[in-house]
Amino acid sequence: MKKLALLLAASALASAFATSAWSKTLVYCSEGSPEGFDPGLSESGTTFDASSKPVYNRLVEFKRGTTDVVPGLAESWTISPDGLVYTFKLRKGVKFQTTDFFTPTRDFNADDVIFTFDRMSNKDNPYHTYVNGGDYTYYSDMSLPKLITSWEKVDDNTVKLTLTSPNAPMLADLAMDFASVMSKEYADKLAADKNMIQLNQKPLGTGPFTFVAYQQDAVIRYKANPDYWDGKQKIDDLVFAITPDAAVRMQRLKAGECHVANAPAPADIPGLKGDKSLTVMEQPGLNIGYLAYNTTQPPFDKVEVRKALNMAINKKSILEAVYPGIGEIAKNPIPPTMWSYDTKTEDDKYDPAAAKAMLEKAGVKDLKMKIWAMPVARPYNPNARRMAELIQADFAKVGVAVEIVSYDWTQYLKLAADPKHDGAVLAGWTGDNGDPDNFVTPLLSCDAVGSGNKAAWCDKSFSEVVKKAAEISDKAERTKLYEHAQAIFKAQAPWATIAHSLVVLPMSAKVKGYLQDPLGSHRFDGVDIEE
Amino acid sequence: MFSFILRRLGLLIPTFIGVTFVAFLFIRLLPGDPIIAMAGERGVTPQRYQELVQQFGFDKPMLLQYFDYLRGVLHGDLGTSITTKRPVLAEFRNLFPATLELSICAIILAVALGIPAGVIAAVKRGSWVDQALMGTALVGYSMPIFWWGLLLIIFFSGYLGWTPVSGRISLMYFFPPVTGFMLIDSVISGQKGAFLSAASHLILPSIVLATIPLAVIARQTRSAMLEVLGEDYVRTARSKGLAPFRVIGIHALRNALIPVVTTIGLQIGVLMAGAILTETIFSWPGVGKWMVDAVFKRDYPVVQGGLLLIAGIIMIVNLLVDVAYGFINPRVRK
Amino acid sequence: MTDATDIKLKQQSGLGEFWYYFTRSKGAVIGLFVFALVVLIAIFAPLISPHMPDVQNQSMILQPPAWMNGGNGAFLLGTDAVGRDILSRLIYGSRFSLFIGVVVVAIAVASGVIIGLIAGYVGGWLDAAIMRVMDVILAFPSLLLALVLVAILGPGLMNAMIAIALVDLPHFVRLTRAAVMTEKNKDYVVGSRVAGAGWARLMFITILPNCLAPLIVQATLAFSAAILDAAALGFLGMGAQPPTPEWGTMLAEAREFIQRAWWVVTFPGLAILITVLAINLMGDGLRDALDPKLKRS
Repeated sequence: MKKLALLLAASALASAFATSAWSKTLVYCSEGSPEGFDPGLSESGTTFDASSKPVYNRLVEFKRGTTDVVPGLAESWTISPDGLVYTFKLRKGVKFQTTDFFTPTRDFNADDVIFTFDRMSNKDNPYHTYVNGGDYTYYSDMSLPKLITSWEKVDDNTVKLTLTSPNAPMLADLAMDFASVMSKEYADKLAADKNMIQLNQKPLGTGPFTFVAYQQDAVIRYKANPDYWDGKQKIDDLVFAITPDAAVRMQRLKAGECHVANAPAPADIPGLKGDKSLTVMEQPGLNIGYLAYNTTQPPFDKVEVRKALNMAINKKSILEAVYPGIGEIAKNPIPPTMWSYDTKTEDDKYDPAAAKAMLEKAGVKDLKMKIWAMPVARPYNPNARRMAELIQADFAKVGVAVEIVSYDWTQYLKLAADPKHDGAVLAGWTGDNGDPDNFVTPLLSCDAVGSGNKAAWCDKSFSEVVKKAAEISDKAERTKLYEHAQAIFKAQAPWATIAHSLVVLPMSAKVKGYLQDPLGSHRFDGVDIEE
Repeated sequence: MFSFILRRLGLLIPTFIGVTFVAFLFIRLLPGDPIIAMAGERGVTPQRYQELVQQFGFDKPMLLQYFDYLRGVLHGDLGTSITTKRPVLAEFRNLFPATLELSICAIILAVALGIPAGVIAAVKRGSWVDQALMGTALVGYSMPIFWWGLLLIIFFSGYLGWTPVSGRISLMYFFPPVTGFMLIDSVISGQKGAFLSAASHLILPSIVLATIPLAVIARQTRSAMLEVLGEDYVRTARSKGLAPFRVIGIHALRNALIPVVTTIGLQIGVLMAGAILTETIFSWPGVGKWMVDAVFKRDYPVVQGGLLLIAGIIMIVNLLVDVAYGFINPRVRK
Repeated sequence: MTDATDIKLKQQSGLGEFWYYFTRSKGAVIGLFVFALVVLIAIFAPLISPHMPDVQNQSMILQPPAWMNGGNGAFLLGTDAVGRDILSRLIYGSRFSLFIGVVVVAIAVASGVIIGLIAGYVGGWLDAAIMRVMDVILAFPSLLLALVLVAILGPGLMNAMIAIALVDLPHFVRLTRAAVMTEKNKDYVVGSRVAGAGWARLMFITILPNCLAPLIVQATLAFSAAILDAAALGFLGMGAQPPTPEWGTMLAEAREFIQRAWWVVTFPGLAILITVLAINLMGDGLRDALDPKLKRS
């Protein structure tokens, strides 16, 4: 056995020398398989990490490590004074990737942009339904069908976007993964070959890395795009080693089988931090975990009752048990890394005695209620069941009896969205584009009752404020409006805001120049490996 | 013989229809709404929901849906995965070689160790060798293999660092799949060390998957051998003074192997059940892990198609075993 | 009447003979002993376990076993990720494993025997239909079928047991049916029928006792297999749900610590192995003792 091991080790070493001499490879242990490679069809971060981030570009981009919008395939843009018309000047000389399955004959131009958005909005575009059951969900989730009147080609290097009403988050929306620009030439060729489905299987874009191969549920390979408009990457090869099990991911990281490993189990983090050969990055995530009362159901229709219950929750102990070392207490509905976050907000302080008195004063006695705990771990809530048990114990102290209920995840989402559901629901949200609107509108506006607004909370003044904030583009003024909205939220307490979780990313100390993305994705452009 | 095969096939058809019906029904019974499952956390508008219901034909009567499904199955259309949007059959074809490679290695291991162990135990009946071998076999037979796999990982991958943690081959090697069998493809690729890397990745999963079949084969071989050794012609051969090796090796083993071969064939179901656990533990990209993931992700078409394909394979293998047994042993042909 | 007393006598002497053969196998006796021990542990769990199985001790997270460096005498086998005593959880877990075995075998044997008796006794199209349904169940790998069934019924211990029982069912049906078919035309059955015994009496009182031996052996096998399958389902997250101290579920929870704390992984698996091994040893002994003909199958 020993001999065999030696032999294996020796041969592995020999071939390591053989390959590493002329190529720098970065291996990323990812948490799951992508659903496909057309970012327009997906909503999952795993898919975006594997498709839009390495392979594609967008008209505008998020600057690495920030949520600032910077030029991408559009060199510059102008917005008409009424906020309705956006004119994008496209970058010239941008090449699509050359691969063994497609060789482009022309540079990127306005046709590609028009195609990209037409396939999402136009039911007659053959690529609108080219994947059975596939849907451009993000496009409709961001309300773009309602907001966008048209995309027009002005000339080869200019496109014009017309809106139905002014919308401040629009540029940030266009920097999102679903808006990745596809090659029309490639799509046309696939359509001619009657092989349209390949668009979702072998991606081809203008991005920093060229797709090489995907071995289902195992490995995705990319190589640096030699023609990349922003310069060739420092690493030559990028490999995604799909490793769904957290413990195995960390083992592979420690064994040197991968350089960066996503989503460590909270329990492993102290050990990883103690390892000298690793760097552990952490950053507050753009998310919130909360408990939404059904504000249409007595007694939760009374503000005093909601406030009292909020005061009965011991968030500190929840943080320790559910987010050990990976969370911070939430007091606002938006996370602290988001602009317009109101630092002045005062959180409901933990005071069971006062809470009990308040409940009595509100005439609530022997209250029995349900708390919904989702059956799955989410980035904003790693263990909903445990959180529900802790809240159950807290509420018991103020004389409220809690029954914890749970459903199958899909069932849970459906039932919790129904305004008639019984009790309070544990839920959460992860931001898409770094705009506060992306939290308050889908989660708390009147329009979202029946879908994202799980508190079924419709406060006219709140909805008006956030609607106005979305329409103007002056950031200072918007900030004021969102601060006002946060004050209304806090006074009305439709939720108990529980926690924002930290995003932790361990990597080999050899990895240089990696910046964590506040939106939670993983980008390897601009990253280097020290030999 | 021909009518025997026909009879077996005749039995297979109602079973297969039953299997399609069960697979179809299961999916309709699974809690949760497949369309909501597709839409994910953000939900779906009621209008779009209706469109999707129509697109997938969920609004049709159950029986009609079943016939549509059956027609699809007969045309080789097992539906499309909800998560990857790829045909279920194509995914299965991609992943099955990984499971097959692992299963073949495991069964080779089980046969190569199990038969000699059984023979030795039978020949040395009652000795400490017999007791040790059969004791070990019973331990193997009682083994929770998911735990066994974890122990092997802790010891060989974690503590000793001899074997890789997971996957099918070191990420250093890259070559297009030709046969889908990593061992063969690595040789075809001609890359240095690739074969050894693929082999080293196979060691632990094969051991884990082989454990229970190995135990069963060893026990079966022993009892079959004991029976044969007790029979007259072997006794006669022995009393005639034939060398023990000839008696055991040629006369006894050949006859004892008949039931053993059947046992090996019937291990396919055990292997598939074991593959579910083994692949989960070793992140082995095969159909077992694929099915488990699909159950958790509520990927209904994959669960449905996967059940059908796996059951189909087991049924075919069982049929082949039956037929082979019929060839060897004409008495069962009735 | 004389018939019945005859059978009784036969059974009594059969029991003695059975015990004689059973105790001749050292393995079977050891198995019986260990199994009895597990039963006792399960019954007296509250008395012997040093801690409560669910009590979390936040200051004592992932303590190694007592004999190791940094171990704590209060936690003989160490603690898990939320500071629960592993030994106590294992002790309470024995209740679940035995419970699973008993319930699964009870469901599978009861329904399997009835269905098998009917199939074998009635015969004809009903028999054919029943056997095709059993073929369908057998066409799926047992664990996969159980996994999907639990997904349908909803994760949980009870549903896991139902699923495993259903997967085990065909073995009992086939066995009973085969036995009934061979017994049904034997003289003593025909005699009873002529004497005017009803079908129920024929099936349960006349035929069934004579098919018991293989059923008992199969039931023992099913008992240990049920424990293994339930643990596997728990391991896959579809069996007993945390914080239930079921051994497989404990393993599933422990998985994330395999590189930091070997004890949280090792002991639950060892408990499963020892219990299953003991039952299988007993099963081998039972088989040898009950039916010398079965010895070699």
